[in-house]
Amino acid sequence: MLLAAPSLPRTLIFPAHCPSHLIISHCFLLSSTSPLSNSNTPAISILPTSARAKLSSLLQPFVLCEDWIIASALGRRRRELIPGDMAALWLARASSQLARRSARSLARHGEPSPPWFLASVPQLPPVLGSPAALAAAVERSPSGRGFCSVRGFAGESGAAAAAAVEEPENGFAAGGDQAIDFPGGKVSFVAEMNFLPDSQKERINCYRVLDDDGRTISGSKFQEVSKEVALKMYSEMVTLQIMDTIFYEAQRQGRISFYLTSNGEEAINIASAAALSIDDIVLPQYREPGVLLWRGFTLQEFANQCFGNKLDYGKGRQMPIHYGSNRLNYFTVSSPIATQLPHAVGAAYSLKMDKKDACAITYFGDGGTSEGDFHAALNFAAVMETPVIFFCRNNGWAISTPTTEQFRSDGVVVRGQAYGIRGIRVDGNDALAVYSAVHAAREMAITEGRPILVEALTYRVGHHSTSDDSTKYRPIDEIEHWRTARDPISRYRKWVQGNDWWSDAEESELRSRVRKELLQAIQVAERMPKPPVAELFTDVYDQIPSNLREQERLLRDTIMKHPAHYPTDVPV
Amino acid sequence: MAAAASSALHGVGAVASAKPRSAAPAVARRSVRVAAAAKGGAGPARGRLVARNAVAAKADEATAAAGSKSGGHELLLFEALREALIEEMNLDPTVCVMGEDVGHYGGSYKVTKGLAEMFGDLRVLDTPIAENSFTGMGVGAAMKGLRPVVEGMNMGFLLLAYNQISNNCGMLHYTSGGQFKIPIVIRGPGGVGRQLGAEHSQRLESYFQSIPGLQMVACSTPYNAKGLMKAAIRSENPVVLFEHVLLYNLKEKIPDEEYICCLEEAEMVRPGEHVTILTYSRMRYHVMQAAKTLVNKGYDPEVIDIRSLKPFDLHTIGNSIKKTHRVLIVEECMRTGGIGASLRSAIIDNFWDYLDAPIMCLSSQDVPTPYASTLEDATVVQPAQIVAAVEQICQ
Repeated sequence: MLLAAPSLPRTLIFPAHCPSHLIISHCFLLSSTSPLSNSNTPAISILPTSARAKLSSLLQPFVLCEDWIIASALGRRRRELIPGDMAALWLARASSQLARRSARSLARHGEPSPPWFLASVPQLPPVLGSPAALAAAVERSPSGRGFCSVRGFAGESGAAAAAAVEEPENGFAAGGDQAIDFPGGKVSFVAEMNFLPDSQKERINCYRVLDDDGRTISGSKFQEVSKEVALKMYSEMVTLQIMDTIFYEAQRQGRISFYLTSNGEEAINIASAAALSIDDIVLPQYREPGVLLWRGFTLQEFANQCFGNKLDYGKGRQMPIHYGSNRLNYFTVSSPIATQLPHAVGAAYSLKMDKKDACAITYFGDGGTSEGDFHAALNFAAVMETPVIFFCRNNGWAISTPTTEQFRSDGVVVRGQAYGIRGIRVDGNDALAVYSAVHAAREMAITEGRPILVEALTYRVGHHSTSDDSTKYRPIDEIEHWRTARDPISRYRKWVQGNDWWSDAEESELRSRVRKELLQAIQVAERMPKPPVAELFTDVYDQIPSNLREQERLLRDTIMKHPAHYPTDVPV
Repeated sequence: MAAAASSALHGVGAVASAKPRSAAPAVARRSVRVAAAAKGGAGPARGRLVARNAVAAKADEATAAAGSKSGGHELLLFEALREALIEEMNLDPTVCVMGEDVGHYGGSYKVTKGLAEMFGDLRVLDTPIAENSFTGMGVGAAMKGLRPVVEGMNMGFLLLAYNQISNNCGMLHYTSGGQFKIPIVIRGPGGVGRQLGAEHSQRLESYFQSIPGLQMVACSTPYNAKGLMKAAIRSENPVVLFEHVLLYNLKEKIPDEEYICCLEEAEMVRPGEHVTILTYSRMRYHVMQAAKTLVNKGYDPEVIDIRSLKPFDLHTIGNSIKKTHRVLIVEECMRTGGIGASLRSAIIDNFWDYLDAPIMCLSSQDVPTPYASTLEDATVVQPAQIVAAVEQICQ
């Protein structure tokens, strides 16, 4: 029954049939208990015209400042104003709209139900009945001033918002102009300072389908996979794991110069790749060889790149693990962190121009989200409305920097909202969850032509690379825990075996086959000659310019003259 | 060539004496063209086409300006750039433009004015302010098959895009083993303007010249602006096209029919006998102004606008040096590490035996460009210095 006019300071509005004793007691409280009595701010009461005459004499004692304005309720006669200036007319009109609304709601419900509260006084009872109850409420309230506290009348954002929504025609919404327009659109305003919290009370939930024992969580919703796809996913995850083990060993033996494993992130690699089509363009960071593996890159092709031999598609020009294949729509890995994010936006822009049924997907780690390119790429993708999936592998570590030292936000998923991008947090060690999330994200990205952010929580079980020893900055038992108890492959295997799709015999057969194939591939790759010296100068431009031809000639001459100083296995 | 030269220099100090030297320069020109054609011949059809067009274009240039062909039309340099963009975007649907305020605003120097209305918001893309990212976006789009033209509002801002330009633009064709190509054009106004302050007066050509995989060209007249823009868009390599803030309003009559300029070629502005003056962009006009004075004093300078900053056109330059035996380089870059420094070393490597005097190089001071106009004028090379330098060389 008691209504606060949200944006009008110190205003009480009484519905038409509010008992006069209530009005009087409110006014009494208003004037005597608050500093309002000494203020210059007008207070408005809306009274039914019939009551006005009756009350005017009663109200006399309460006219302690000259600014009492009394206007009629229900919008019928707004002109009875004291004093009659523009501001007063406006206030009266606004107030009468509020009164009308409350009258409507009262008529509907038959019982007084207040649409607004004086929120600054928590103990205010919802229905104010008798003056006795009012007095009691006043006593109970913390400030001792009851609902007449200054702050209470100074505008309550919820009410303001409600008012703005209900009558937004011309800013002269109920209670005054609740919304103001600036470049960027209309925004409601409040007279209270309210800083947004730096974080939500609770972290964003993580989408998960399989529990730690590989059983689907009851009530979980996920994208179904056929047995064929499920088994392919599993065998590729195993292949990736074995590939990582063997290449890592090869580096330790000095056969290749460098390697970088994806231990613990096999589900991310394979499950996300399985949810994409071959036309989707992949822009990796460097810890996603599984995506290439899924698409059909052979173990021999991986080995060729690592050994930099003449069959390497990169022609021996990049470090190991910098794979690339235009045939499989996998952009060549470029070492600098997060440079591929703007590329993804550009590739998606190109897909949008061609109106292709495909999206771009780009992978990056938690560390990559600190790069400037991350922020600008997300912003660009949102503004340009390009179909790109931003897939963050939040594995907890950027070489030796833990996420607590990388950012202070709740991970990466919350940042999507800052750019106007939808996001989801998913359990990165749960193959089915990753598959479902990427499947859904891809559909959204393509049908709506907008970017999506996926944050996959996981753990980097291996060292950052062969140049790193992570036991120096994290406890060994932590690594062991994630390597064994939280292994995504064994978790997924439990699910696959639970469906009777896989057996231990097939497991050992797969592992030994892959291992043999890999060792064979490595041997072949090792023996394959390196690219000739001529390939040093090709592909810098589309055709070799004269200055490079000159340099090549000089190099050849030098090699001819001093063959002992140059490797013999590189054809000149 | 002399006729073309004089027409190209409306009111900017046209050379008074135009002693017809068609014989010698024509020979020089033909040998350059043959070399260019041979260079282009080995590669794919496109390269050959470029060279042949360049041959045809050069022959036309001598006559077109005189109005013998189809009359030609007069326009300003920024309009020539726009004409080139429109023609290429009409010819090839994969050509797109991206940059800040290039769309409906038409670009800060109006080079892209009207393009958004003609080709739509998607092909003429307004980007948020993040140079590294829209250059990266251009790289990604190029790798996927588009031919983006990325505009830096001022060349100096492209320093923010250096990572993408060096590590990705220049490298990805090479490191991917030729699987992905990056036919991107990066362009924008640079150079010392009129009191624009140090950050807006950068000469990026000196910073970019080391990056392998990039090509760099600088336009200086409406004719070569249009020709170079078209050639840059058609090139399969990443090309950085340097425009100059003060040259956008140069007026010239250019041919009506289609032409392109060869990216790797230098332009003979004024043939001569006594000294080879190598210059590019705005300094070309200071040099021509100095040439007026020099001619009155009895000197005969040969002025070459090198145009191709990476790689240098050592054929044209070499032939000139073999004739004059004296070289003066006039550049706007700073003394340390500029184009002049590299050009000097390239000439010494290749033409040492032909030099009768040490190579002189006039460059800007090694200071951030000041705002005050008197100080700003003192940081760049002025015609008086050029005259003095020629006199010194030719002693």
